[in-house]
Amino acid sequence: MSFSQGGPRSALERAGNAAATGRLFHWPVVRRMLVYLRPYRTRIAVAMLLMLVATGLSLLTPYLIKVAIDQAIGGRNWPLLIQVSGLTALAFVALFGATVTRSYLLGWVGQRALTDIRSDLFRHLHRLSLSYYDTHIVGVVVSRVINDVETISDLLTQGLIQLLGDVLVLVGIVGVMLYLNTRLALLAFTVVPIMVVMTRVFSLHARRAYRQTRSTVASLVGDLAEEIAGMRVIQAFAREDASRARFAQVNDANRNANIMAMSLSFVFQPATDYLGTLASAIVLWFGGLAVARGELTVGVLVAFLAYVTRFFQPIQELSQLQTTLQSAMAGGEQVVALLETKPQIEDRPGASELKPITGRVTFEDVTFRYNPDGPLVLRGINLTIQPGQTVALVGPTGAGKTSIASLMMRFYDVSGGAIRMDGIDIRNVTQRSLCRQTGMVTQDSFLFAGTVADNIRFGHPSATPADVEAAARLANAHEFITLMEQGYATRILEAGANLSLGQRQLICIARAALANPRLLILDEATAHVDTVTEALIQEALDRLFAGRTAIVIAHRLSTIENADLILVVNEGQIVERGTHAELLARGGLYRTLYERQFVAVKSAGDES
Amino acid sequence: MSANTPPKDSLQTISTRLVDPVAWRVLRRCYGYLRHYRRVVVGAYLAVIAINGLNVVMPQLIRGLIDRGLTGRDLTFAGQAVVGLLVLAALKAGLTFIQQRWLEVASQSVAYDLRNDLQTKLTDLSFSFHDQSEAGQLLSRAIQDVERIRFLTGRAIFRVIDGFVLGIGTAVVLVLMSPRLAALVLLTLPLLLWRALHYASLARPLSGLIQDQLGALTTRLEQSLRGIRVVKAFAQEQAEIERFDVANQRWFNLSALSERLDAINNPLLDLIINLGTVIILVVGGGLIISGQMTLGELVAFTTYLAQLSGPVRTVGRVIPAIAMASAAGERIFSVLDANPEVNDAPNAIRLPPVRGHVRFENVSLTYGGRRPAVHDINFEAQPGQIIALLGATGAGKSTLTHLISRFYDPTEGRVTIDDYDLRGVTRASLRRQIGVVLQETTLFAATIRENIAFGRPDAPEEEIIAAAKAAQAHDFILQTPADYDTEVGERGVTLSGGQKQRVAIARALLTDPRILILDDATASVDTETESLIQEALNRLMLGRTAFVIAHRLSTMRRADLILVLEKGQIIARGTHASLIESSPMYAEIYHRQQPQTQLVRGLEGRGA
Repeated sequence: MSFSQGGPRSALERAGNAAATGRLFHWPVVRRMLVYLRPYRTRIAVAMLLMLVATGLSLLTPYLIKVAIDQAIGGRNWPLLIQVSGLTALAFVALFGATVTRSYLLGWVGQRALTDIRSDLFRHLHRLSLSYYDTHIVGVVVSRVINDVETISDLLTQGLIQLLGDVLVLVGIVGVMLYLNTRLALLAFTVVPIMVVMTRVFSLHARRAYRQTRSTVASLVGDLAEEIAGMRVIQAFAREDASRARFAQVNDANRNANIMAMSLSFVFQPATDYLGTLASAIVLWFGGLAVARGELTVGVLVAFLAYVTRFFQPIQELSQLQTTLQSAMAGGEQVVALLETKPQIEDRPGASELKPITGRVTFEDVTFRYNPDGPLVLRGINLTIQPGQTVALVGPTGAGKTSIASLMMRFYDVSGGAIRMDGIDIRNVTQRSLCRQTGMVTQDSFLFAGTVADNIRFGHPSATPADVEAAARLANAHEFITLMEQGYATRILEAGANLSLGQRQLICIARAALANPRLLILDEATAHVDTVTEALIQEALDRLFAGRTAIVIAHRLSTIENADLILVVNEGQIVERGTHAELLARGGLYRTLYERQFVAVKSAGDES
Repeated sequence: MSANTPPKDSLQTISTRLVDPVAWRVLRRCYGYLRHYRRVVVGAYLAVIAINGLNVVMPQLIRGLIDRGLTGRDLTFAGQAVVGLLVLAALKAGLTFIQQRWLEVASQSVAYDLRNDLQTKLTDLSFSFHDQSEAGQLLSRAIQDVERIRFLTGRAIFRVIDGFVLGIGTAVVLVLMSPRLAALVLLTLPLLLWRALHYASLARPLSGLIQDQLGALTTRLEQSLRGIRVVKAFAQEQAEIERFDVANQRWFNLSALSERLDAINNPLLDLIINLGTVIILVVGGGLIISGQMTLGELVAFTTYLAQLSGPVRTVGRVIPAIAMASAAGERIFSVLDANPEVNDAPNAIRLPPVRGHVRFENVSLTYGGRRPAVHDINFEAQPGQIIALLGATGAGKSTLTHLISRFYDPTEGRVTIDDYDLRGVTRASLRRQIGVVLQETTLFAATIRENIAFGRPDAPEEEIIAAAKAAQAHDFILQTPADYDTEVGERGVTLSGGQKQRVAIARALLTDPRILILDDATASVDTETESLIQEALNRLMLGRTAFVIAHRLSTMRRADLILVLEKGQIIARGTHASLIESSPMYAEIYHRQQPQTQLVRGLEGRGA
């Protein structure tokens, strides 16, 4: 007589997973999620109907068996026994059919809704402006789309409908038992309050214990992740033994926390089972007395035993409803909040396609702040960049160089003034047509998991292998790519782990070259690469810049001496502009910045 | 879009053999880990046998209650039977707790041992292993895969044994009670078993596929969000959405299949058992009518049959998990069995304090059957000399330095320090005398003090501060919230690239190594910091044999020996003065950095 479903661990998880606080029922969340069920309402209606049928049938069968025992067997009535048995068999088959169809329908709808929500979330995430990603951590967003969505969809389809079924079964059983024998029924129900209290107490303790296990697992993962990342240092400093000792400690804490938490469940489960036996014993004793007095038939007693066994599962599930609901609602709220985040930049109604541009960029009195109550990041920026020019932005960290570049790509909208491409305000064209003509090489040299070739043709997916190779050659990447075992088909590991920094930069340059934008923005990589690769990169960049407008966010002054125009940015304003020679001669901020670098080189020169 | 439809999956194509010979070997090995806990394990299994004994006895009490107590109107016996039932149930609850707890202790300890073994192995494995593995995968082995083994060595096999013990016990009792009826009932057993196994053979590969697909989905999402700047800059949102939808749709197809499988499985097992009950009712009813059987026996029969359904269900659910665990075991053992390519020789000696005379004799290193990473390297470094290594990415500079720390062993030739062949000394005694400062600085989530003292945890305070001062780190450390006790990383202060580098320099200084390996690149820092770091590095090199991966002219100028590497070979060697004449490649690298130097000179002239 086992009443608990899924074993002690899942009982622990169900009880422990819930957020400690939170609303039980959050109507906006449910409403928003119900939208995803609407297309499948026919299936859901059929499933509900089948559930009613199944509930009825499962209540009917013990009764039929009672009839068989009392009237047919007790009355030595052969034909009736065959009849009733036949009916019972039919009822079981019908029950099977109804249960299978219902579970499949609900399961299908649940997974379908889940798929739809994920797809919507993905679309939505790609519509959001970059400012969203400035303030949100990717890992958290990923977990929203993968995990939180699952809890809410499970709850909507499986959970709520299942619980509705539980309530139905419970009401049905209570009704039938009361109908069969009121006194015996009431006696059997005396264990219910004990059961409810026990489940609540368990949930309370389980939550704490479960939280403890999760925190020990987190430190286990954290410790190990750090060691794997720092393995070279650990080995280089011959600190293996110390790291082993530390890990063994964390590992042991995790083991103990788990054993502790599970032990709670190990008490709870047999105790619940025992309550079931207690109820059966009550029925057997009092029912037996009644049978002995001739007030009750044996058939009713057997049917009662069957009903009592089925009675406990829905009660247990209902007692845990609160925690289940809370965690699902908390997850759902996050998902809904994400879905309702408005993109800060949207195409204006009637925005036109940006025609092929020559690459003239003008800033007219541009001011900019990242959010409405934030400080001004850029003030009074006026500038004109001619087609084909290479323009360098220099200045201290935080001066606004990156902001200027981001505004050109319309990753953000200006707070005042306007930016024009070939004279057209970029807020009047579609983002897509603007991005198609602009390209960017980012500082972090981000590559996607996929082959080298996939990465190079990222901005131009229909490019032929010949195009890809041409771009790689231009970017000085062809040689090292062909040296790799699988050449262009080599898979890039997570975060480009199997490529050096310099190689990643070269592939990013090839990617930009293949997209062939009219306007190119280069956020110069900050990390040093070795001298030889540095030379390869510089050469590749020179080729990439040829014939297009290029904006370079420069972090090192040595690379931009040949720029057509250097803009020195400080505290959100352009404080100096001119060529390298002009700016040096002027003796302003540029010269100061330059001389700082000069000190480093000079001291090196003195030592030789 | 039609080209983008996901591959078709169907139940027919995914059915696999449940267990293959390899899986058996893996399973045996997993169970081998239980050896150390054999006392609790044997105890738990004895408890299982006792519990199932009770399961077999308890319906007999119910039978006696009905036949003797109710039908025979023996109320004293009925009372005793009810009390007996409650006592036995209490005993069962107690035994269940003990058995579950012991099993949990044993299996959690297996997990503990496996994790410790894995961690120890990871610290033992050479760089060549870590080069080729991804941190995420190693982590998932140590966490998820170990969890699966824990389940396997704990509840999984226990459930199977539980089911069989109960099945056999029940069969014996049924045969004793009524051989004819028992034969009929037992006919359902093979049917149940066949269903359970059939389900298992489909559910395992299917759930594996679903997991993989969810992983693929997560990767797609994560990659797309991490690279959102690139996606937007290249206007590839639509393509990303389409790719995600394809992966999402495939996940749905697989999940819907799994829903179908799950929807049928449990109701079908129920149906088989329920129909068995109907057979008992018909045949047993007939036997009662003809006086060959009592009502109590009939009720006991149906109770036994109902009792069987739980374990059979669990067996069906557990078997796929066992198969999955064997795959997890395979992955874990592939790490545990990995051969550390660098091992302490059995007769290895502790390397006595060295002077720092390093010699490479005809050294070549090939890994993974590819072209040699370094080839035929010969050179000698006298104590106190500075050796600069120059060459493009992948030319073999890092490999060469790794050979000195013995992170790899040469495939040909030998490396000696003070005439000791490195293969003859212990790794720890060698590495304690070598200091390493890498370009990608790894600090641990601990205090600044602990990070500096990483290689010498017992170092006195004054020495730690002295090292920090020499590394130009003392001043900025004093400005952090808790100076030397400030937590670095996760919970604490994030240090800038330049600050991390100086802490790493202090860390190397504190171990006072005779030999030093460093990468003199400074991650993007402002020019002032750069000169601070340069100064710290210069102090660090003083009086030690230093191998420097050179990025700056200043280093090359002061080196006693410059080795120019290309494709794993030394193509030129000498001092700055000699190489500028003799090596065209060196001259080219030098001249690339020249214009800057000339300008500096120009400035100098103007300033004067």
